[in-house]
Amino acid sequence: MAIAPLPPRPAGERPDTRTAFSLPGADVAARADETILQVADRYGVAIPRLCYKDGYRPDGNCRACMVEIEGERVLAPACCRLPSAGMKVTSTSARAVKAQQMVLELLLSDMPEQSASPYKRESELDRWAAALDVRAPRFPQRHQPAPDLSHPAMSVNLDACIQCGRCVRACREEQVNDVIGYAWRGEHAKIVFDLDDPMAASTCVACGECVQACPTGALMPANNVGLIVPEKSVDSACPYCGVGCLLTYNVKDNQILSVDGRDGPSNASRLCVKGRFGFDYVHNPRRLTTPLIRRTGVAKTTGILDPDDLASAFREATWEEALDAAAAGLRGIRDTRGPSALAGFGSAKGSNEEAYLFQKLVRTGFGTNNVDHCTRLCHASSVAALLEDIGSGGVSNQVADVALADVAIVIGSNPTVNHPVAATFMKNAAKAGTKLIVMDPRRNELARHAAYFLQFRADTDVALLNAIMHTIVEEGLADEAFIRERTENYAALKMLVAEYSPEKIAPVTGIAAHTIREVARLYATSERSMIFWGMGVSQHVHGTDNARCLISLALLTGQIGRPGTGLHPLRGQNNVQGASDVGLIPMSFPDYARVDDPDVNQRFEALWETKLDSKPGLTVTEVMDAAHAGTLRGMYVMGENPAMSDPNVGHAREALALLDHLVVQDIFFTETAGYADVILPASAFPEKTGTFTNTDRRVQLGRQAIDPPGQARQDLWIIMELARRMGLDWNYAGPREVFAEIRRAAPSMAGITWERLEAEGSCTYPLEHEGDPGEPVIFVDSFPRPGGRALFAPAAFSDAAELPDERYPFIFTTGRQLEHWHTGSMTRRASVLDALEPEPTIVIHPDDLAAIGVAPGGTLTLESRRGTLTASARADRGMQRGTLFMAFAYNEAAANILTNDAIDPFGKIPEFKFCAVRLRAGGELVESRL
Amino acid sequence: MDTIDLTQIRLGIAARAAGVSGEIKRKKRREGKGRPVDPAALEQVRELLGQEPRRRDLLIEHLHKIQDRYRCISAEHIVALADEMRLAPAEVFEVATFYHHFDVVKDGAPAPPPITVRVCDGLSCELAGAQNLLALLGNGGYGDGVRVIPAPCVGRCETAPVAVVNQQVVAHATVAEVDARLERKALQADVPEYIDYDAYVRGGGYAFVRACVAGRHRPDDVIATMEHSGLRGLGGAGFPTGRKWKIVRAEAAPRLMAVNIDEGEPGTFKDRWYLERDPHRFLDGLLIAAWAVGIDDVYIYLRDEYAHIRAILTRELEVLRAQAPVPLPAIHLRRGAGAYICGEESAMIESLEGKKGMPRLRPPYVAQVGLFGRPTLEHNMETLYWVREINERGAEWFAAFGRNGRKGLRSFSVSGRVQRPGVHLAPAGITIRELIAEYAGGMLPGHTFYGYFPGGASGGILPASMDDIPLDFDTLNPYGCFIGSAAIIVLSDHDTARGAARNMLRFFREESCGQCTPCRVGTAKAVALLEGETWDKPLLDDLARVMVDASICGLGQAAPNPFLCAFKYFPQEFS
Repeated sequence: MAIAPLPPRPAGERPDTRTAFSLPGADVAARADETILQVADRYGVAIPRLCYKDGYRPDGNCRACMVEIEGERVLAPACCRLPSAGMKVTSTSARAVKAQQMVLELLLSDMPEQSASPYKRESELDRWAAALDVRAPRFPQRHQPAPDLSHPAMSVNLDACIQCGRCVRACREEQVNDVIGYAWRGEHAKIVFDLDDPMAASTCVACGECVQACPTGALMPANNVGLIVPEKSVDSACPYCGVGCLLTYNVKDNQILSVDGRDGPSNASRLCVKGRFGFDYVHNPRRLTTPLIRRTGVAKTTGILDPDDLASAFREATWEEALDAAAAGLRGIRDTRGPSALAGFGSAKGSNEEAYLFQKLVRTGFGTNNVDHCTRLCHASSVAALLEDIGSGGVSNQVADVALADVAIVIGSNPTVNHPVAATFMKNAAKAGTKLIVMDPRRNELARHAAYFLQFRADTDVALLNAIMHTIVEEGLADEAFIRERTENYAALKMLVAEYSPEKIAPVTGIAAHTIREVARLYATSERSMIFWGMGVSQHVHGTDNARCLISLALLTGQIGRPGTGLHPLRGQNNVQGASDVGLIPMSFPDYARVDDPDVNQRFEALWETKLDSKPGLTVTEVMDAAHAGTLRGMYVMGENPAMSDPNVGHAREALALLDHLVVQDIFFTETAGYADVILPASAFPEKTGTFTNTDRRVQLGRQAIDPPGQARQDLWIIMELARRMGLDWNYAGPREVFAEIRRAAPSMAGITWERLEAEGSCTYPLEHEGDPGEPVIFVDSFPRPGGRALFAPAAFSDAAELPDERYPFIFTTGRQLEHWHTGSMTRRASVLDALEPEPTIVIHPDDLAAIGVAPGGTLTLESRRGTLTASARADRGMQRGTLFMAFAYNEAAANILTNDAIDPFGKIPEFKFCAVRLRAGGELVESRL
Repeated sequence: MDTIDLTQIRLGIAARAAGVSGEIKRKKRREGKGRPVDPAALEQVRELLGQEPRRRDLLIEHLHKIQDRYRCISAEHIVALADEMRLAPAEVFEVATFYHHFDVVKDGAPAPPPITVRVCDGLSCELAGAQNLLALLGNGGYGDGVRVIPAPCVGRCETAPVAVVNQQVVAHATVAEVDARLERKALQADVPEYIDYDAYVRGGGYAFVRACVAGRHRPDDVIATMEHSGLRGLGGAGFPTGRKWKIVRAEAAPRLMAVNIDEGEPGTFKDRWYLERDPHRFLDGLLIAAWAVGIDDVYIYLRDEYAHIRAILTRELEVLRAQAPVPLPAIHLRRGAGAYICGEESAMIESLEGKKGMPRLRPPYVAQVGLFGRPTLEHNMETLYWVREINERGAEWFAAFGRNGRKGLRSFSVSGRVQRPGVHLAPAGITIRELIAEYAGGMLPGHTFYGYFPGGASGGILPASMDDIPLDFDTLNPYGCFIGSAAIIVLSDHDTARGAARNMLRFFREESCGQCTPCRVGTAKAVALLEGETWDKPLLDDLARVMVDASICGLGQAAPNPFLCAFKYFPQEFS
């Protein structure tokens, strides 16, 4: 065809790194890689643009930003063009303006309304058309497509689409969910989901990045929410996972209208479905709004209480009455049975300030170290191994470092589900050349982007990792200098891994020996290799051993202490890192200061001006055992839900029912609240201000956006009121004052000021002195252990506590799913999330399903030695045969009825990831009780 | 806007959630998000792909395999292919729907009939009665087994009108001729007689490249010869060939070559003409260029309409590999899938990478950042076709041709109202008057010369009164026209410029890739305006301006030429 391309540019002619050129009315200079548009913005020269979005790859397709460059045949798109020295550019010549106006007129002619988008308050097209005085378009309108309103969270109105492709880049290049495409061609070219499927039927994960990207309102939050003017927009953070996305709440009439992603250091304006669309649990009519006291004579049974039946067991009370009753019960047990008969479960969803005061209340008011939280159920084993081997439980490198890594191992983690925004950065890195090695018994979405995907047999992590280390040692790929200078006990590791040749281990793990060797070489020989892991590693009876192997692998190859290397256990809850940091664990005071270290104990006795127990307290699972044994009689549970989250949950429910006194502080009537004597209605995340520490060790500020409903009160107030009634004389005016005390208690956060948090929104610790930048990479020169050396802790392969056998032939494993958080207490009460994942499913390989003659969607009943449940079967080819998966968010089929409460001896973490079950077709489905 | 009641919004959310949940619930019970992989479709895809790599750049090749076997590409096959190639379903879907030759069939819709009759509705065929033929065939009562559809220029304008029955070409097509093919089930491409490897070598072929590889020539000298010959890119852009070699050679290795045989410009058929006669002359030139520039891998992009050329090149490349006259670079023959835009150099590169044929923004130029991000020497087939002869006979031999002050030879694809349509090798700079009289046998009986397209669909339209302009690069620029690939379509007093322009704009609308606003929206609006009784000149002028100034590639930039020329040179049609 005779289309004339532009001639090649002579070789060697490239823009200078700092280029002087001219714009209308100004001689300007461009920085390296700065486009004409970016320079113009900097100098305040307004050039229209539609397909351009800050932070996204410029695409240059809308042609609204055309500028005239002296000496060039045609106009150039300012958004894509890098200036060269001496270039004369004008955006305001008659020719350039005419092109800009005509582009806007052409696009406007195809809009459903020509002056104001019916879907969005400030359509960028309308704004630029007004700015360039483009009036009623002269062209006939196109044939308009029908709206797609299939999705509960988003509306698709392609009659307002200008084909700018921002949504495609949002979906494909930013979030890398690859759902949106631009199909067909020419005037028929159309934005599609998958195969032009309805949005709700597509692979869409509802991250909403496309909605955030769309300039005209063709993609918008559902139900025209985008047309309402918010009263205020409050910068805050996301209440869900450990990634720590920053966001903005748009509020009117004390209701959250919508959520926008904010440019935080861990999320770059990205959010996932929970963060963006999972906010309306706060407005759920079932929020607890009045204090409740158990009616006299209503006994506690092991069954879970129907929320509709709440009034039969509880009566409403005043705050005064409820707090008095709560404190009296706790005081009574403390004074008659001693402090160790009490325990407190705090929450990884509360702020640092709440967690700090909670543990301080338990330690100084109850007088015991029996304080713990759900970290015990997620990364306790990881932390045990990290503290043992490298002296610190925090991540060595931040998620963003994956962009610097040549190789990244992601093991026992399903980040696209559990840490969706962190996963986007891993996928970005993979697209940019980082080789991902995904190791998991279950194929996840990240596997598609991986250079290697090792679908090993469940529970064989130690064998696999030892075989990798065997290869590294055998092939001389170990970093001898690093080992010599910065580690100890290498000889023991070397001796142990010698037994694990890949050839010998291949049949154990199901991974071919040559693959194990290739992966070992890749990880060991790359300049920078990083390791991420999740609860597939930690939630085993040998979870600590699993983590030890990962640590050894990094030490063996010197892949730690530099950018783009290191160890990153992905934290689950938004503040599980912070809650542990400030002492919400039984063995340590804030900053992991051991309670049984006399010097430490003395320091905290001085700080808190009281006598402290020097015996480590009971962990979550040990507390339940103690309640069973009758030695533990009273508990204060804030924002935790052990009646759903504990393994062998039947056992935990029995324990809760046995307590003499249980105080539950929550925003909903959780399964645990059914066992309470006093229920205190608390505040949801957007109803309070506080600091939260994400997986990256970033301390970030969450700001109050709305007021708590009814008589619900902020948690900090509730804790302080209880403390007062427990005889403590506290007087904190608010989170800011509590934070000031945390700085004194935790030296690694001592340099973070409230003012800086307010200004910057996020600070990375260690940050010991005011003004320090914070340390994104730690262990650069030494490890916080004796002699500064890391320890090799060799770990031998061992089996799970309960292996499949003839009676229980299937492996059962649990976890989360994208839409549902933890026990579902929040997400199942969020309308969008509930609509997207309304009921429990048993995930199973289709061939296993076919083998028992059940069609996908049919009913299955599972049975373990501890309990039984019934749910629908969801076919998934990513499962290995013989393995079943369930999320533990559903009380109508609580996965933890089946799980095994055997625990890891070091981290005391239960084996949520492995137990034996049997299955049969059919059964009676149970309705959810929320 | 504040009148919207928050409560209503909340109720709306609840209602919406309740409404979808039934549907979603059933789906979520069965499977996760999106369409599950159908095991049977996956097996079929695996069997078709065999041991071939699952690399992204082979996506279009793999789609062809499915289309060839099943006559269509089902949703199940798309999802299975995506799974097999580790792509997202949307990535496969958007590529499959971009190209005209893939029939994407969703959710139980029937596959297209086993036989497709494509009737070329390019301008030359339209002049020869394609619309009438289309109407007659459409009413032909072939039943469910045959579908009749219009197709953009199939590159056989010298035998207009043309129909293609599956891959069997029907020249000078009539209903009877088409029926005859259907009856005898003649559905495959006929491969003509051509100069094969042995005959070509007997004629001295590959001797020069042997001498090059043997060290008897130096790359610099060969490049100098190319420069002195004045040979320019014959795809239409006319960039000096020798200079292009020099530029790419100066880039860092590995360097690639991409050969453009996506001959789709309406009226153009010279590449096909040469390849069905003397394919090794092209391969010979390719090897010389690869040697001179230092090329590791060569990709040949052949338009899908040329099935017989595919057969020829496949066969002859095998022979060449078996009897390699010199160590060969890796040569990959790739198949287009029905998209004119892939003749645009950067769109072709995108297509070679297995993507939609959407042109890239330049800079960077393909010579620096081309195929797979590597420096790329991109050539039209014919440019390489002349390399051997120029080097054997010397730069002066080629430059000595020419007329009216111009130098060199041009292969004119002549069609329309002339006695002898076909490829006519004539001196550069020849005028249309001379070309018709000396080469094309004069006008058809009963036809008087009225006007001409000097450069295919894009090069504009000139009136008979302007019959003395030398036809060559640059000479037509003052008139708002260009020679492009030297496709000359001759109009007579039976035709109008308005009608011709409308035909061409419909073509551009169908072939616009849809990437940039001026072209995607502009071509559609232009057709809408041109279909009216009266043409709104000020509005069309405004539209043309933004298309010319602001389109990403030459398609949109040149698309207004037909109607601009109609206004400018055929005012009598508007009075």
